[in-house]
Amino acid sequence: MNSKGVVVIEAAQLNQYADISAVEDKPIIRYQKVSKSFGDLKVLRDIDLDIAPGEVVAVIGSSGSGKTTLARMLMTLEQPTSGVIMVDGEPLWHKEVNGELVPADEKHIRRVRSKIGMVFQQFNLFPHMTILRNVTEAPIHVLGISRAEAKEKAIAMLNKVGLGNKLDVFPAQLSGGQQQRVAIARALVMRPKVMLCDEVTSALDPELVGEVLEVLKEIAAEGETTMLLITHEMGFARDVADRIIFIDKGRIVEQGPPRAILGNPRNPRTCEFLSRFRQQWISKN
Amino acid sequence: MWDWEYAFSIMPQLLEALQITIIATILGFLLACILGLLLAFARRSKFKPLSLVTGGVVEFVRSTPLLAQLYFIFYVLPQCGITLSPLSAGVIGLGLHYSTYLSEVYRAGIDAVPRGQWEAATALNLSRTRTWVSIILPQAIPPVVPVMGNYFIGMFKDTPLLSAITLVEVLQAAKIIGSRTFQYIEPITIVGLMFLVLSYVSSLGIRRLEARLNRW
Ligand SMILES: Nc1ncnc2c1ncn2[C@@H]1O[C@H](COP(=O)(O)OP(=O)(O)O)[C@@H](O)[C@H]1O
Ligand SMILES: [Mg+2]
Repeated sequence: MNSKGVVVIEAAQLNQYADISAVEDKPIIRYQKVSKSFGDLKVLRDIDLDIAPGEVVAVIGSSGSGKTTLARMLMTLEQPTSGVIMVDGEPLWHKEVNGELVPADEKHIRRVRSKIGMVFQQFNLFPHMTILRNVTEAPIHVLGISRAEAKEKAIAMLNKVGLGNKLDVFPAQLSGGQQQRVAIARALVMRPKVMLCDEVTSALDPELVGEVLEVLKEIAAEGETTMLLITHEMGFARDVADRIIFIDKGRIVEQGPPRAILGNPRNPRTCEFLSRFRQQWISKN
Repeated sequence: MWDWEYAFSIMPQLLEALQITIIATILGFLLACILGLLLAFARRSKFKPLSLVTGGVVEFVRSTPLLAQLYFIFYVLPQCGITLSPLSAGVIGLGLHYSTYLSEVYRAGIDAVPRGQWEAATALNLSRTRTWVSIILPQAIPPVVPVMGNYFIGMFKDTPLLSAITLVEVLQAAKIIGSRTFQYIEPITIVGLMFLVLSYVSSLGIRRLEARLNRW
């Protein structure tokens, strides 16, 4: 451990992993023995996870199991307690210095972070900016493109999510479903290689869930963006995901193709979660 | 009792002195706004010594009288080779004193911006400066404009203290006129009315500004 409490790992150890993956598709995301604690509370334990470029991964699990934390570490909103997260072959939170991984500086983190985008449960649109400005702000100030070009790209993206006619309104004037679609456009216009979606429909009225999931399905179908979708919408997970991961008490306890996980779960915890989930779903509908 | 002719005759002198009062208030407040923001940033700094020292300075300035600070700036600093005109010393004194209050106001405004706004800014990879300028301050400041406005009016009403460092602001001018003619009632009453009118106009202005800023 170094002074900041981050485990320093020999780069050689990392290269070992890299060699194995070179045979197959190189993963765009790799969690290596990643753990996260808040004080004494261990939220994630030794997570190992590879995600291939273009893969759509759905993460399911009960509330408090650590799903959000898993995504937030990749968005650099939460620092792992130990372990390494690799993005496109580069460590996210670390930098290699003299063959050792040391905590990275802000500059390194910003560069690697530019490959990741995120959509939040509570949308987190900028309430004081018009829809158009919500979507152009980052392209102008982060990518450094001209206002005219940013506007063009933003309009194209807003058209894609069906909101090309709402450029000059403020977020508060939109429905939750529309706000969330703006948030998706805002993230996508930055062309992230990986999109994280954390229960993006949980804050929505039931009748607005569909329009948001449709947009995500479309993006998933294009196959350009790697997606990590945390969701309670099992039908949606089954339709869009290449793989479903079930997390329980901070561990990945089962993963596989949607049909296997949802139709024929092996782990007793998964069975229990899914049956509890079905009951809730039946009683709700 | 009340002599209208006399009242009109002293108006030009009083209005001239009122200009000094207004200039001191506006410059002092501008300084307080800028310094207050810097103090708020320093207070939030992750570099602990800076935030602790700033906290101490803010506490010290707030808990000592403005008058004492004015004396210090005007009468003590010259001994260290820093000599200031009464107006400059007054503006600096008012600005410094009120910046400590404004820093707390900014802090409250900044703390009220939801964490999700910071996180969205991070997810979009906005730089720290850009996050402050485009995302945080535009949401932090409009809600605290009314409180800032109260401090503006408070500072305006504190300007007579500047007479203690030989600045002839409007109340001091009234006193001088009164002592010359032994008729105090007109000058002092007029100055009172001037304060009343300007405070009222300011509060109207602040309310309009507030309405404009809160349109979303
Ligand atoms: N910033 C935090 N400080 C303390 N505890 C936290 C924090 N964030 C999350 N937790 C705790 O970590 C656990 C996992 O949270 P989370 O990742 O949000 O789970 P999920 O998204 O699966 O519901 C929960 O017990 C939660 O209370
Ligand atoms: Mg969650």
